[in-house]
Amino acid sequence: MTNTVPNSYRTGPDERGLFGIYGGRFVAETLMPLILQLEQAYKDAKADPSFQAELDDFLEHYVSRPSPLYFAERLTEHLGGAKIYLKRDELNHTGAHKINNVMGQILLARRMGKKRIIAETGAGQHGVATATACARFGLECIIYMGEVDIARQMPNVFRMKLLGATVVPAKSGSRTLKDALNEALRDWVANVEDTFYCIGTVAGPAPYPEMVRDFQSVIGRETREQMLKREGRLPDSLVAAIGGGSNAMGLFHPFLDDKDVKIIGVEAAGYGLKKKHAASIAGGKPGILHGNRTYLLMDDDGQITEGHSISAGLDYPGIGPEHAWLHDMKRVEYVSATDKEALEAFQLCCKLEGIIPALEPSHALAHVMKIAPKLPKDHLMVMNMCGRGDKDIFTVADILGVKL
Amino acid sequence: MSTRIDRRFAELKAQGRAALVTFVTAGDPDYDTSLKIIKGLPKAGADIIELGVPFTDPMADGPVIQAGGLRALANGQTLKKTLKMVKEFRVSDDATPIVLMGYYNPIYVYGVDRFLVDANKAGADGLIVVDLPPEEDDELCLPSMKAGMNFIRLATPTTDDERAPKVFENTSGFVYYVSVLGITGSKAPDLKSVKANVNRLRKHTALPICVGFGVKTAEQARMITKDADGVVVGSALVSAVANSLNKQGKATAKTPSAVHKLVAEIAKGVRS
Repeated sequence: MTNTVPNSYRTGPDERGLFGIYGGRFVAETLMPLILQLEQAYKDAKADPSFQAELDDFLEHYVSRPSPLYFAERLTEHLGGAKIYLKRDELNHTGAHKINNVMGQILLARRMGKKRIIAETGAGQHGVATATACARFGLECIIYMGEVDIARQMPNVFRMKLLGATVVPAKSGSRTLKDALNEALRDWVANVEDTFYCIGTVAGPAPYPEMVRDFQSVIGRETREQMLKREGRLPDSLVAAIGGGSNAMGLFHPFLDDKDVKIIGVEAAGYGLKKKHAASIAGGKPGILHGNRTYLLMDDDGQITEGHSISAGLDYPGIGPEHAWLHDMKRVEYVSATDKEALEAFQLCCKLEGIIPALEPSHALAHVMKIAPKLPKDHLMVMNMCGRGDKDIFTVADILGVKL
Repeated sequence: MSTRIDRRFAELKAQGRAALVTFVTAGDPDYDTSLKIIKGLPKAGADIIELGVPFTDPMADGPVIQAGGLRALANGQTLKKTLKMVKEFRVSDDATPIVLMGYYNPIYVYGVDRFLVDANKAGADGLIVVDLPPEEDDELCLPSMKAGMNFIRLATPTTDDERAPKVFENTSGFVYYVSVLGITGSKAPDLKSVKANVNRLRKHTALPICVGFGVKTAEQARMITKDADGVVVGSALVSAVANSLNKQGKATAKTPSAVHKLVAEIAKGVRS
């Protein structure tokens, strides 16, 4: 494989669903005809202006877009370096970026005449977003969630139920996000006729990585426009947290060909990269899982190992295939932050900005805290505040030794 | 080039009966018991052995086969040990075909070229890799066929007449028709639809067609092999393993015989 610089980083995937060697369609034969059907339906929808118009209308009036690009003045003062902006996707309806993608996929499912929606969820944010959109359109909704995640994200489980969804515990394997994905795929294989699988991140078989990226790219497109308006130029750097990588890909993609924009993805280093973590790029190697080739955490026999992160949303042993490619091409720098660093960032953000961040973007913020002080004051940095932390207060209280 | 699989189907055709294909997971519940199980399968009535290669995330398998794989992994089974098991089986049986069935990642991580050399050397005859559809043929299918290893394809109720030619373009040995939409061991096959689909697929391939997923009894095997060239039994055998274990989940003296008894029982359906 040669790593020559392409004319554009934004043309992938190819017709086989590949970004370099990553991605693809590694699924059982039962699903293959559906994957091809979905690919065609998405292609048609993308080319249909009325689809985009309908989506834009829902994004504006239901999701509450555009989300603000907020200058974090006190955080900037405190760190004493780069000028820090937060892209406020935590202000979306349902409290995270997940709904951007869900609205797109649910409108597509409606277009395809599918009446039953299934989804996997880790922290519960994608599950809540999917349950929300299903309630809005009167669709049956089944959410697969690992038993362990159900226990640590009870508020989101209750939200999904209030919204009319059925939450099915994934009881196999490590009983977290990867197992929820396995169960959702098993459901899909058994219910191919009427079911639409709404994947929550930029992973899975083609066309999901591309489709989810496209729906999330609204984050980056808005950021570009807002920054040009506020500062008259593009940002110097972008920072986002990565589990599967959908909020990051959404922010990054519109900037990939602006070579002066430095782009940084922050993986979850859990207890530390030498201990248990969920940093697939830092600690994994290429393999095949959940329909695509990408960096995975596994042992020497190719068995998938369990990741760990304080954040249930980052606790996935893989990463979207486009990130794997951008890493190999060295267009995006992938770093990591530990549970402890994320927790410090979480608390700092609460105190300085009056924003309770989710534990996922707290990882991105932890990295901002590391690099911003060393950068000049005219360096414009954008961090994706991709979710709010209400769901995490129980986890945080527990770690801080506070009884609620 | 004729393989053990080709020769086995030719023999059965001469005898005028269909094949019983038995699936067990390699290393379930432990290496030694598993080897005893597979060594006794031909005598019990198995014509072809499908040996499951355990994987942590078997997305097309139901709870029974998932559990079998996890038992094997917990007792240290690896792809390398599975190949060793095939080699040990071959010492006493050079005729019964062995098909390795599993998911791509362990093979990919082992290295495709190295794997094909080692699998051939061990005496494996074919591969079924669930997450490699024809769209990914250059990953493993084409290199396998070049190495003289049969690459057996899964056809499903969603494999319609339009798609069938693509599915059968690069394949050999036999065709594994998955009789239900869903995961292994879930629902019983609808015999009417099996008959119709087997006859439909014959228009697209001259290879023997074996039918599996959800087959548990001699009667089902008898009915299915009226139309199909073989029947695959898997979850029922892995259940027999599970039910024979002691409270600590370890093998008992009865574990191999529990599997062999069930195979002998179902074999009657194929031979009647």
